[in-house]
Amino acid sequence: MPAEATARPSLPKAPTGIAGFDDITLGGLPAGRPTLVCGSAGSGKTMFASTFLVNGATLYDEPGVFMSFEERAEDLVANVASLGYDLDKLVADGRIAIDHVQVDRSEIEENGEYDLEGLFLRLGWAVDSVGAKRVVLDTIETLFSSLDNEAVLRSELRRLFGWIKERGLTCVITGERGEGQFTRQGLEEYVSDCVVLLDNRVHEQITTRRLRVVKYRGSAHGTNEYPFLIDSQGISVLPVTGAALTHEVSSETVSSGVPGLDAMLGAGGFYRGSSILLTGTAGTGKTTFSSCFVDAACARGERCLFFVFEESPAQIIRNARSVGLDLARHVESGLLRFEAARPSLYGLEMHLARMHRDLDLFQPQAVVIDPISAFNGPEMEVQSVLLRMVDLLKARGITALLTSLLHQNYVSSQQDLGMSSLMDSWVRLFNEEANGEMNRTLYVIKSRGMSHSNQVREYVMSGSGIGMIEPYIGPEGVLTGSARVIQASREQAARVRRRQEAERRQRDLARRREATERQMAELRAALEAEEEEIALLHSEDAEREAALERDRDAMYRHRNAAE
Amino acid sequence: MNAQPESSGPLTTPEEDDAGFYRLRLYVAGQTPKSLTAMANLKKVCEQHLAGRYEIEVIDLMQNPRLAAGDQILAIPTLVRRLPSPLKRIIGDLSNTEKVLVGLDIRPQEAP
Repeated sequence: MPAEATARPSLPKAPTGIAGFDDITLGGLPAGRPTLVCGSAGSGKTMFASTFLVNGATLYDEPGVFMSFEERAEDLVANVASLGYDLDKLVADGRIAIDHVQVDRSEIEENGEYDLEGLFLRLGWAVDSVGAKRVVLDTIETLFSSLDNEAVLRSELRRLFGWIKERGLTCVITGERGEGQFTRQGLEEYVSDCVVLLDNRVHEQITTRRLRVVKYRGSAHGTNEYPFLIDSQGISVLPVTGAALTHEVSSETVSSGVPGLDAMLGAGGFYRGSSILLTGTAGTGKTTFSSCFVDAACARGERCLFFVFEESPAQIIRNARSVGLDLARHVESGLLRFEAARPSLYGLEMHLARMHRDLDLFQPQAVVIDPISAFNGPEMEVQSVLLRMVDLLKARGITALLTSLLHQNYVSSQQDLGMSSLMDSWVRLFNEEANGEMNRTLYVIKSRGMSHSNQVREYVMSGSGIGMIEPYIGPEGVLTGSARVIQASREQAARVRRRQEAERRQRDLARRREATERQMAELRAALEAEEEEIALLHSEDAEREAALERDRDAMYRHRNAAE
Repeated sequence: MNAQPESSGPLTTPEEDDAGFYRLRLYVAGQTPKSLTAMANLKKVCEQHLAGRYEIEVIDLMQNPRLAAGDQILAIPTLVRRLPSPLKRIIGDLSNTEKVLVGLDIRPQEAP
């Protein structure tokens, strides 16, 4: 049928309203057909089924019937209340019908042929009473332990699933995980349209819930195992996969919150949407740097999510106050949110799942994870989770600051958790021991797409924040702490000495000039004396000449007179 | 539990509240062969062993589907012994008379 092949309508789907699950299945469960949800005890089958039902009634205008073979209606109401659903109200409003099928083996005896028409009638009546489009059969398999005639049971179940399909009811059938097959009684044989497997694995005493769509006839679906969460906000499944490297990049920069650090980065800050790794040994102020980053982001009016794994939010707020940051006001204004959890509270996947959900709910522009080194587990797994976490943040254009604790003052491949190549910027903080004191220093190992300072800079944390200190770089290397202070005073002394020397020379010169001038004056005086002398002699000569002249005249006159 | 459906009603109603009185209820769904067989088998047993001290109420769930949930009926046909207590259920067409007698605790009373 070529005509049909060209325009095949996609399989109609009934959305579950479970965050993430509808993405994996490209729309939800097959509408009008039964789906088998199987898993071991405590894997969340009933929660999954009731969420499907409640969301149907509240979000998609599809009333539903919950037929429970295990829990009493009251227990069911109490259990789903923990997810925040008010089942009683939905029942009172005629949106959901609950029927508890109780089969007490001790009071039942089988005698001759029978069928399960009663079950059909009950289901039919419940469906009609609320106009149901959705049905949950919660562990119908318990019937196998209540009734002896397995042949009847099997044929009746086959008939039941056929009936459900005929009525066009979207149905979730839960089943206990069996050995070697999905369910103990091989229900998958009857429900072949869609099979979802729930798993609750314990690894190193930490439980992780996972979900996998084993089979989905007539539809593509995600095939991986996805972690999922059940908590007060319901169920969420997280389709976390390695995202393609196609995220948008920004050339806008955002401040690190530390002016001195911004100045070390060629672009004047980190690129928006980039991932920054801040590694450092104990007590180097990783959390303080994070607080500065958060404070700057909130001051720009950005929403900020602070994941803390080692401290309580109150502790961080108090500590930030010691460097003059008031984070409490950002929390009050709703721009900043803390999400605190012990690393051991969940498995790694669960942490990722939880963060994924928090990102979805809060839609932050900046995220801090403090610290990533808190995650313990097999290296491969930690790395894969962190990789996906970074991908997730990048794909959303979230500027992320991740801190990591280093145990020694050197970088080893284990300690950066294989993160270095994922990171756009990497700032290293460390304590340097010199002359009997520890000084905090920092340098930018890398910052993609911008030039950055190659200097190791000393910084101090004080009541006015984190301040970078102008580096002393000399022939003896970069000096920090008191060595820097000593060197500075040594230089000061040298400067004073040089100035005094110059002054002395100046004085010498002046003195010599004075002496010379005095000498010159003396010589000039001598010359003048000589001049005077000569002038005197000259006048005496002239006097004498005049006298001689006078004498000669007198003589002449005398001679003449005598003649 | 006292909803009185339109049923075949009590077939015989003599001494009530008697210690040896049997109040039975048979749940069926329409006039299926299994239901009819069960009905016939039950009548036969009661007439033989409980003549005069039993009451059978037949409830057709096709007519009253809501009673199925209330009375926890799953299999059809289901016979419920409401009196004497404790409550007992027998499912099936009651083709094995011996088992019916044991199941309803009629057997010991037959001895004297």
